[in-house]
Amino acid sequence: MQLQDQVHIGGSADMTIETIAEPVRKNYLNDKQGILSWLLTTDHKRIGLLYTFSITVLFFIGGFFALMMRLELLSPRNWLVSTETYNKLFTMHGIIMVWFFLIPSIPNTIGNFVIPLMIGAKDLAFPKLNLASWYVFMLGAGVTIYALFRGGVDTGWTFYTPFSTGYSTTYVIAAAMGIFISGFSTIMTSVNFIATIHRMRAPGLTWFRLPIFIWSMYANSVVLVLNTPVLAITLVMVAVERVFQVGIFDPALGGDPVLFQHMFWFYSHPAVYTMVLPGMAVISEIVPVFSRKPIFGYTAVAFSSVGIAVIGFLVWGHHMFVAGESVYSAMAFSLLSYFVAVPSAIKVFNWTATMYKGSVSWDTPMLYAIGFIGLFTIGGMTGLFLAALGLDVHVHDTYFVIAHFHYIMVGGTVMAFLGAFHYWWPKISGKLYPEGLGKLGAMIVFLGFNLTFFPQFVLGYLGMPRRYAAYPEEFQMLHIISTAGATILGVGYILPLCYLIWSWKYGKPAGPNPWRATGLEWQTSSPPPTHNFKKTPVVNVRAYDYEAMKEQLGLREREFENV
Amino acid sequence: MSTSLQFWPDSASSVAGEINLFYITMIVLCATIAIGIAIFLIYCAIRYHRKRENEMGDQTRNYIPAEVTWIVTPFLLFMGMFMWGAKMYMDIERPPDDAIPMYAIGKQWMWKIQHPEGQREINELHIPVGRPIKITLTSEDVIHSFFVPAFRTKQDVLPGRYTMIWFEATKPGKYHLFCSQYCGNKHSGMIGYVYAMQPADYQAWLTQGAPEGSLSSQGEKYFHQYGCANCHHFDNQGRCPDLRNLYMRPVQISTGDYVTADDSYIRESILDPNAKIVYGFQPNIMPNFSGLIPEDQVVALISYIKALGPAPGNQMPSSNGAVPKSFGTQPGIAGPNATSGSGSHRGQR
Amino acid sequence: MSEPVLVGNQLLELREQFENPEQQRETASIGMWVFLITEVMMFGGLFTAFTVYRLSNPAAFNEGSKEMTIVLGAINTALLILSSFTMALAVYSSSIGKTKLLAIFLIITMIIGLCFLGIKFTEYYLHYQDHKVPGFWFEYHGPSARQVQMFFVFYFILTGLHVIHMTIGIGILLVMLYRTLLGSFSATYHTAVDLAGIYWSFVDIIWIFLYAIFYIPGLHLK
Repeated sequence: MQLQDQVHIGGSADMTIETIAEPVRKNYLNDKQGILSWLLTTDHKRIGLLYTFSITVLFFIGGFFALMMRLELLSPRNWLVSTETYNKLFTMHGIIMVWFFLIPSIPNTIGNFVIPLMIGAKDLAFPKLNLASWYVFMLGAGVTIYALFRGGVDTGWTFYTPFSTGYSTTYVIAAAMGIFISGFSTIMTSVNFIATIHRMRAPGLTWFRLPIFIWSMYANSVVLVLNTPVLAITLVMVAVERVFQVGIFDPALGGDPVLFQHMFWFYSHPAVYTMVLPGMAVISEIVPVFSRKPIFGYTAVAFSSVGIAVIGFLVWGHHMFVAGESVYSAMAFSLLSYFVAVPSAIKVFNWTATMYKGSVSWDTPMLYAIGFIGLFTIGGMTGLFLAALGLDVHVHDTYFVIAHFHYIMVGGTVMAFLGAFHYWWPKISGKLYPEGLGKLGAMIVFLGFNLTFFPQFVLGYLGMPRRYAAYPEEFQMLHIISTAGATILGVGYILPLCYLIWSWKYGKPAGPNPWRATGLEWQTSSPPPTHNFKKTPVVNVRAYDYEAMKEQLGLREREFENV
Repeated sequence: MSTSLQFWPDSASSVAGEINLFYITMIVLCATIAIGIAIFLIYCAIRYHRKRENEMGDQTRNYIPAEVTWIVTPFLLFMGMFMWGAKMYMDIERPPDDAIPMYAIGKQWMWKIQHPEGQREINELHIPVGRPIKITLTSEDVIHSFFVPAFRTKQDVLPGRYTMIWFEATKPGKYHLFCSQYCGNKHSGMIGYVYAMQPADYQAWLTQGAPEGSLSSQGEKYFHQYGCANCHHFDNQGRCPDLRNLYMRPVQISTGDYVTADDSYIRESILDPNAKIVYGFQPNIMPNFSGLIPEDQVVALISYIKALGPAPGNQMPSSNGAVPKSFGTQPGIAGPNATSGSGSHRGQR
Repeated sequence: MSEPVLVGNQLLELREQFENPEQQRETASIGMWVFLITEVMMFGGLFTAFTVYRLSNPAAFNEGSKEMTIVLGAINTALLILSSFTMALAVYSSSIGKTKLLAIFLIITMIIGLCFLGIKFTEYYLHYQDHKVPGFWFEYHGPSARQVQMFFVFYFILTGLHVIHMTIGIGILLVMLYRTLLGSFSATYHTAVDLAGIYWSFVDIIWIFLYAIFYIPGLHLK
């Protein structure tokens, strides 16, 4: 392989960026035609789009359940659905959103699409495994939807025993098996990402030249590889106890229901971080690009992801402060929970500092990113309330918890998901989305979100318990506000869906690098060719190095009027 | 439709004040920081808004003092929060010694409450203000959670074991009692009220009648009904341990270890006697009562055992701290000073 | 999909996403090890649950262990250790390019694996005759029947999961044998055999743990 054939990123001035200058007509979208070329593709970009399609559908199914719940809660009494249906609604909302939207959302769509592009690889390490993971995911989703059509599940997404194994009369096993199957898909994707990030990086792309996105996705994959098998085996035990009525977790049969909670939260607390780490990954890309600055404190941000991944495995007991845990283990878990808050704080401060003295644009992805930082800060800080033992006793299992994790999951991850799609949309589709509508959508989502979930903090401290289909009358006004917010939020989600689909066909051509970003993915054409780069790139600059790439990107120093 | 907006819950227990203070402190602290971050974000977005399409920002990559500041400062704040929260938790979890013992049993979908005086209530709990109340909780089926928002306390209620919650009401009134752990179809219907009453009113309420006598006397009835009295003689002669003076004493079991004869131990010994055999006794003598005695009767039996005083002729623990002779009069039930494996054969023998 | 690349004096299948055979081999190896970590976590979850219950009911779990046929367990352990050895020989044969030997050792390993499964199912049948299969037919007379049953629940889940892994392992060896006969492996390319070897050894090691926790503790009670 001769060096002069390669595309150099950064460095010498005599380099030629052929891919930017010369439009590539063949791209991954039109390379092959027909439905089979999609269903049998091993191209990571196409698989990313297959995932995008499935996950979008599942998101709207889960969102529909949420809307039904919000409508039911307009009144203190059951007026729309029965308590039975309501219980199924929140269970299916949780199951679909957690396992079929949040965990795969950013990694399997955007991650699949951009990880090989960002590290200058032709594809993921195991393309067939990648395709298999999508089919396994669809099978898992199919089994879960089957459980739904057979009549649903009413255990809550946490499947607490002995209710799930001995008392619920709904389709627990089908739902658990759907989740079990989707776990294999998660593991396949994570193994793929880890192997890819270790071995497929372009020449010169050392670990500390990687974009932060890759660091976070790596940490995320490691967590998923370690915790998903524990969930799988826990669900198997639940299924065995339920089918054969032999004692594992049911005290009536000699088991220990708290052991289930330990095993479940050993999975699920790290899983919470696997839902938000990809969101942080996206924000760590968007903020530097739209500030035209290197990310502030690269090392701190990179290692904070690793720190979250590691400490995240040691805090599961904070879900069980009132479950009969001993006082001393509760204290240890509380202390560790505060430790895990430190890396998140580091990230927030560094993102903010990245904007300082930047060249900040107000494009849609940046609006989502700023929204993310604000909402994630609130979500994270209310986490501090919950980690405080004495206070958790009161707010545990109330709407305070619901508001807290929706600020992280919806205010964080979903905002990041939307931001990511706007940011990489020119690369994915080759088209620009309508900027005005984009900004409008971001505003609607931000306002709708706060209106929906902020009142729930108040409800939580008032003592409104979770998973109540009916409630005392004094809570009604706050619920009405929340439901009003939810309808606005719904509009905010449908709007981007419409204009992104519209722009796929009618949008203006984007060109290879509309944001003048430094990442490798922007050095190839939009949409990229099937093998991503015409020639394997060689990297000799750090991530976000605008200084080194300013001539290539046509940038110049900012003149600060009075700084 | 209720149009009133409520922002603050009733605060009616001895711990509520400090929790409110902590909560408000957290809100003020976090809001200050969050608003600071928001103002800085908005300031940056406006002040450094891109003026020309081709300009880039300042290229500073790091500033170590800033980095250290925002690692160390949050950490110290977090440690402060942790310590305050942990201290309050100790207060919430540790009942005072003079608390009135009560029992509550969760069941799909109701709360059954038993007073030591024998009153039984369903989804209602009457308590006096100014007295700590300690409730031993258990469930007959799935996991529930006993939650009184006005008292700022809750505790999961588990089947097959006892958990404990305590509170001291400070303000008379009618407060919500919720089940806060999802327990099935009518989870949202598993609610009730706590009536905190002036002590005099409470006494009056108590006298309204406990048709079956006190809880321990109900227990005595079951003690005979289930045949416990046939073997558990009060004279050290039976094939089974003497139950006098048992409650909250260390008991040596067949493995040589000591366990405290608390509610959980007694409950286990009734339902699954072979789990912990008292040192010196044979296993497989007492039948397994698991599934045969409902939880509310177990509670009454425990209350009875608790009330079993010293054997006639023996003294209560004397004021000079000497160990009364009745302790350790049978294998396995040791006196309060028992430390080693040989402690079971001390005393009169 | 893949293009032949000349390495040394041999044409290799280099998949399109890789730059060179070295990268392809190392990537596959990382993938395998990461996969084994997920397996460790999965068995680890079960071992943890088992340990928790064992610690609270040591006597009953020893009683359960007493019901095991130690001889069959010991034979199976010996068989699996032997199969690890023959698998190692297979990997070695492939690395020096002796494909005939490779095929022979693969077949031997598979036969040993099948013997293991045969003995395992015999044991299951004996448990069934003894009425020791929780959920189908479980009878145990003694004060701690419930805890003994729990021992058997874990016994069947863990060994059942191991049997599934063994079956998959034999399937993988069959594929390896097929590819050996097709002539896919040589001294320069034998990654797949290496990975199959790692997997097979992993499954063997799991069995050693199972033998230790299910068969040994009841030994002194007999």
